[in-house]
Amino acid sequence: MTAFTLSTSARPRHLLDFQGWSRERLTALLDNADTMSQVLDRPVRKVPALQGLTVCTAFFENSTRTRVSFELAARRMSADVVSFAAGASSLSKGESLRDTVEVLTAYKVDAYVVRHHAAGAAHLVARYSGKPVINAGDGRRSHPTQALLDAYTVRQEFGTLEGLTVAIVGDVRHSRVARSNAELLPKLGAKVVLCGPATLLPEGLAALPGVTLTTDPREAVRGAHAVMALRLQQERMDAGYLASLQEYADTYQVNESLMREAESGAIALHPGPMNRDLEISSDVADGPRSRIVRQVENGQAVRMSVLYHLLVGRE
Amino acid sequence: MTQLTITNIKRPGSERLESITVENGVIQGWNLGELGEVVDGQGGTVAPALIELHAHLREPGQTEKEDLASGLAAAAAGGYGTVVSMPNTLPVVDDPATVRALIERAEGLGLARLKPAAALTKGQQGEQLAELTYLKEAGAVMFTDDGRTNENARVLRLGLEYARSLGMVVSVHAEDASLRADGVMNEGPVSEELGLPGNPAAAEAARVARDLEIVAQTGGRLHVQHLSTARALDLVREAKARGLPVTCEVCPHHLTLTDEALRSFDAIYKVAPPLRTRADADHLLKGLLDGTVDCLATDHAPHTRAEKERDLLSAPSGIAYIEIAFPLMWTRFGERLGLEKLLDLMTGAPARVMGWPEPTLEEGAPADLVVLDLGTEREVNPAEFRSKAKFTPWAGETLRGWPTLTVVHGKVAFRREG
Repeated sequence: MTAFTLSTSARPRHLLDFQGWSRERLTALLDNADTMSQVLDRPVRKVPALQGLTVCTAFFENSTRTRVSFELAARRMSADVVSFAAGASSLSKGESLRDTVEVLTAYKVDAYVVRHHAAGAAHLVARYSGKPVINAGDGRRSHPTQALLDAYTVRQEFGTLEGLTVAIVGDVRHSRVARSNAELLPKLGAKVVLCGPATLLPEGLAALPGVTLTTDPREAVRGAHAVMALRLQQERMDAGYLASLQEYADTYQVNESLMREAESGAIALHPGPMNRDLEISSDVADGPRSRIVRQVENGQAVRMSVLYHLLVGRE
Repeated sequence: MTQLTITNIKRPGSERLESITVENGVIQGWNLGELGEVVDGQGGTVAPALIELHAHLREPGQTEKEDLASGLAAAAAGGYGTVVSMPNTLPVVDDPATVRALIERAEGLGLARLKPAAALTKGQQGEQLAELTYLKEAGAVMFTDDGRTNENARVLRLGLEYARSLGMVVSVHAEDASLRADGVMNEGPVSEELGLPGNPAAAEAARVARDLEIVAQTGGRLHVQHLSTARALDLVREAKARGLPVTCEVCPHHLTLTDEALRSFDAIYKVAPPLRTRADADHLLKGLLDGTVDCLATDHAPHTRAEKERDLLSAPSGIAYIEIAFPLMWTRFGERLGLEKLLDLMTGAPARVMGWPEPTLEEGAPADLVVLDLGTEREVNPAEFRSKAKFTPWAGETLRGWPTLTVVHGKVAFRREG
């Protein structure tokens, strides 16, 4: 593991969001994901970096893809992995989040990967457990490893993030992916344009540095180097945020016509799972500009890098 | 006959040490000598006991959070002689027998005096008026569906008309539920950044505007609880200028905390209505100073620790700090408000809102008194709380103005040792 370049001094203890993460630290993390990628290309995809450590994936909200990605990342680093699913837990019997976390910590868990439906829940796990916590998505708040793998994928394409523009189109209001990207990408030198219908575009996000808002998808995409479509949940229509799914698709779908407004080499991204031909057209999702499968591949390397960053060299 | 003399006390604004004697629940007189039981006031400032118009004592039905004994002991420790309890219990206080049972139980405790509020509508469902006449006869002092938000405007209109005929106040939790939606904190840049569902200021202002129009129509006496936004306060100011019979309260937590506190993701800061912006808090303080805000109330709303250790979406709303409300206000705003004004906001003003006699320290007045140590600093230690809710946003803070002695109905209800 000598190829890895992280220093062990003054590292953030958790990855809850990007507060406290410097540009240098984030760049090093992405650099190390390159090395992790190489591990994944070897015949034996395993290194002993986390041997003897136990990582708990505590998923208080269902997710298959993210959980599998994290568990494989931990196992490829030789960690033991224990899974905790809220549905079958004492939480449904009224146990507090704190009690649950304290029990798990008593089992000598060394780090947590937390997915929860409530913003801030990963912060609470960090407070109650005293162990490193990786936020695997908390409510609408944050999904930092998704943002890191998005950044990594864009950087892979253009060699840098400096001076690039990333347009994010869809249900920004309810999207932790959008919030995390809006927090991360400007730290790495990129501009972010958030776009969606006014009901799904919280104006307050314009206060974030390097972030602009627009309800006009063509304006959003013009000059963009990457265009990310966000998943639209059908219940948004029932909740009155949208008049109809058809109207939404006709206006905000990321399709070939919209992509033509972007930079000539622009790529298309989607955090998945996709509603094909609703927020993104199949011809874009499966077309030459799409880096959606690459995002998934990169997710594992990025998560390995995050685990390494938080766990190796610590007491 | 019970006789009690408190020695070594000062009247507000005076440095002279005096004594006061009370007998059979009324003030007998000043400087009569050491008659009956003698308690050393240790140089503290004496005032009429504080009056709380808005407390959740959780009995019946949720006594794991609080009960009459713990809640009224907490109130006495906070210097309160009288507490108006909210009716959103399990079952709801919407029948005369429950009102009587609460009063009888509280009388036996020898703590703060309980004055129950009763539900305005049956089961607080907002559909059909409760038996307001019987409830008043049983001892209910106010009607409110607090905890709920009176969505049906017609029912509120009928309630105000009926209550007016009984000479009673209707108090309201003024918040439009459809605008509030699933909001758990103030809607604004902080909620949007944190990704937490927001409760817009317009939810409060829109509801206050509606209710004030109903007051104009009916002439019923409306008390708006726990105002949190600048705009809603301005609406009340305009209504008062029109001469409408409306009063309002604000809570110390809305004056001292803002939505920035939610950055901790700690559900201890989850309250309804939510903590708003610094501009709102400053505007509320201005309202206190210019008299638009009638009185202070704490909205003491205890929950179990386990409930408050949940995430922000699933944790219940409310904080409980009746024991430190006066020290908190005195420490933070004593200089701007002055002692006389602050005491009035917590004693005379609540009495006026309710139409009760003005509390005084004169001979013949009810012997509900508090002695306050205005100078000594003391750290907030929730472990010492009488309330079952042993947590507070101000834990570890150093405050001045602690009550050292609370006398209710001529008897010592609380005494701070050391």
